[in-house]
Amino acid sequence: MSEQLIVPTMAEFMAQGKHPEVLFWVGCAGSFDDRAKKITKAFVRILNKSNVEFAVLGTEESCTGDPAKRAGNEFLFQMQAATNIEVLNGYEIKKIVTACPHCFNTIKNEYPGLGGNYQIMHHTQFLKSLLDEGRLTVEGGQFKGKRITFHDPCYLGRGNDVYEAPRDLLRKLDVELVEMKSCKSRGLCCGAGGAQMFKDAEPGNKEINVKRTEEAIDVKPEIVAAGCPFCNTMLTDGVKATNKESEIAVMDIAELIANAQDL
Amino acid sequence: MNYIPNILFAIALIVGIGFFAKNVKKLIRNIKLGQDVDVSDNTSQRWKNMAMIALGQSKMVKRPIAGFLHVIVYVGFIIINIEVLAIIIDGLAGTHRIFSSIGPLYGVLIGAFEVLAVLVFVSVIIFWIRRNIIKIKRFWASEMTSWPKNDANYILYIEMVLMALFLIMNATDLKFQAMENGNIISQYLAPMFSGLSEGTIHIIERSAWWLHILGILAFLNYLYFSKHLHILLAFPNTYYGKTKPKGQFPNNATVTKEVKMMMDPNVDPFAAQPEVEGDAIPAKFGASDVQDLNWVQLLNAYTCTECGRCTSECPANITGKKLSPRKIMMDTRDRLEEVGKNIDANNGVFKDDGKQLLDDYITREELWACTTCNACVEACPVSIDPMSIIMEMRNYLVMEQSAAPMELNNMMTNIENNGAPWPYNQMDRLNWKNE
Repeated sequence: MSEQLIVPTMAEFMAQGKHPEVLFWVGCAGSFDDRAKKITKAFVRILNKSNVEFAVLGTEESCTGDPAKRAGNEFLFQMQAATNIEVLNGYEIKKIVTACPHCFNTIKNEYPGLGGNYQIMHHTQFLKSLLDEGRLTVEGGQFKGKRITFHDPCYLGRGNDVYEAPRDLLRKLDVELVEMKSCKSRGLCCGAGGAQMFKDAEPGNKEINVKRTEEAIDVKPEIVAAGCPFCNTMLTDGVKATNKESEIAVMDIAELIANAQDL
Repeated sequence: MNYIPNILFAIALIVGIGFFAKNVKKLIRNIKLGQDVDVSDNTSQRWKNMAMIALGQSKMVKRPIAGFLHVIVYVGFIIINIEVLAIIIDGLAGTHRIFSSIGPLYGVLIGAFEVLAVLVFVSVIIFWIRRNIIKIKRFWASEMTSWPKNDANYILYIEMVLMALFLIMNATDLKFQAMENGNIISQYLAPMFSGLSEGTIHIIERSAWWLHILGILAFLNYLYFSKHLHILLAFPNTYYGKTKPKGQFPNNATVTKEVKMMMDPNVDPFAAQPEVEGDAIPAKFGASDVQDLNWVQLLNAYTCTECGRCTSECPANITGKKLSPRKIMMDTRDRLEEVGKNIDANNGVFKDDGKQLLDDYITREELWACTTCNACVEACPVSIDPMSIIMEMRNYLVMEQSAAPMELNNMMTNIENNGAPWPYNQMDRLNWKNE
């Protein structure tokens, strides 16, 4: 990328005595995973384009504790939560947006009981609100008419009943939105949740991500849209495992929107 | 006048209901072996859930065929049981069809009962075919052998017999047939008995009447031993079911206290341990046995009717892993029953039997296969939460035994040291900006 991303940190805002409109919680995957970093950057490009005054915590951000909690380590989770809440409250953060449904769920549901009360949005909800406020225009561009299916992340869909924001954005892109056999509240997991991302699966007859990818392949999409960096990895691996790399791309909604505007 | 039938009826009624009450007491005792949990929140939402999910069957119909048939059996059973009221009055008072004097309305009611009885009969036969001939996969999973498999069929047989007895009872009731008021279905069955003498027909009618009511009492007592308990427990279970977002897992209050103390700079690290207030601090973190679970989870176990919708939606199960959310519930109930019997045999005190829910019933392999995707919770037509049990047992494995799989221990060490599940330096967290 030749263009410079504008990514101010909370510390910089603080130094100027200012408050950002929203804090972008990047998350571990968004910060470190090569595939997820592209999603992070795509989202930042949209934020920059829409003149959203946002900040990141940068090196002050730490894992929300989600994988520790789902793995059963409540103590480590609460240590992470307490540390993060201290930082967030120290900066008097009110509103947060994140591109990771796991961070979203944890901060939305499990932080309030530990003293962290914020308005948190998944990036698809946030983009939808920008759209509704007229701050962002979305046009189909290169994706117009493309056959796209959306994979519901468990912690966004079933976990928090957010099904429509990502779909509304896809509709705005003028794509041909097709639903998989199991979708929305009955969407099949990609296989990464519950800390499974970090371990091998138990013995079985198939990998969950391959199973889910097969369900996607059944509806013959050109693109599988995701809204979670972990789902993205799992489905990308699934597409590779089924030798469909040349036919099917796995892309985050933020990437679709950014690419549609040639951002 | 001969009062023997009335007396026999009263005895049957008292014995039938008495035994049932005794088992209900045991049931409540067993459920109360669970830990306390606050369910006083969202009262109006809870009533709504019960009305929609249990009474309104809203989740059953998500699968239209099974849902539709189930609604027929459910409505049929509830409505036909109004008839039981009449039977009880007749039985005790020695009257015959006490309400028949109310005229045309009686015919409408009995007619409706008869139609429903046929619909229930047919639905139950379709259920039986789905289970035994079509062999729908979820009814033939590895946990569905022996008792669970037989139990399911016994219930169907009992329901078929009860419906048949009801219709035969009406068909052989000569006075009722002569009234021609409400015998919509039974009038077509009556000719089957026309060759018999009036006395024989009367005996058949009396036998069907007695077998019908005794059958209902027996069925009532069968519930406690069967998955069929759901017909009663679905109501409290949907009331006490989770009202928070499915993604929200409870925070452990004891851990919160400890973390607060660790993070508080004013706490004297050398101070004596504060006095433990009552039983505020649990004996252990997480659950290794049924008594460690909360009572709603134990109620869940008794409510499960082993339909297997959870298992058929479980990503781990459909890809051949050992985990089956239904089995988690069945194991929990089996172990709870075992603990209950242990308490009965030892004068009300549980004597350590060297067994527990973990390992003796639920293996670690099952627990670690869960993706916490909530598909099982979503699928359950009566708001059972198998995932919460899996999570409590993971808590035990990790916090009491440090027995997480090695890769997860690595992940957690990374979070502890670097603030990320991978071994990257926290100071590099913003490097993506310039890459």
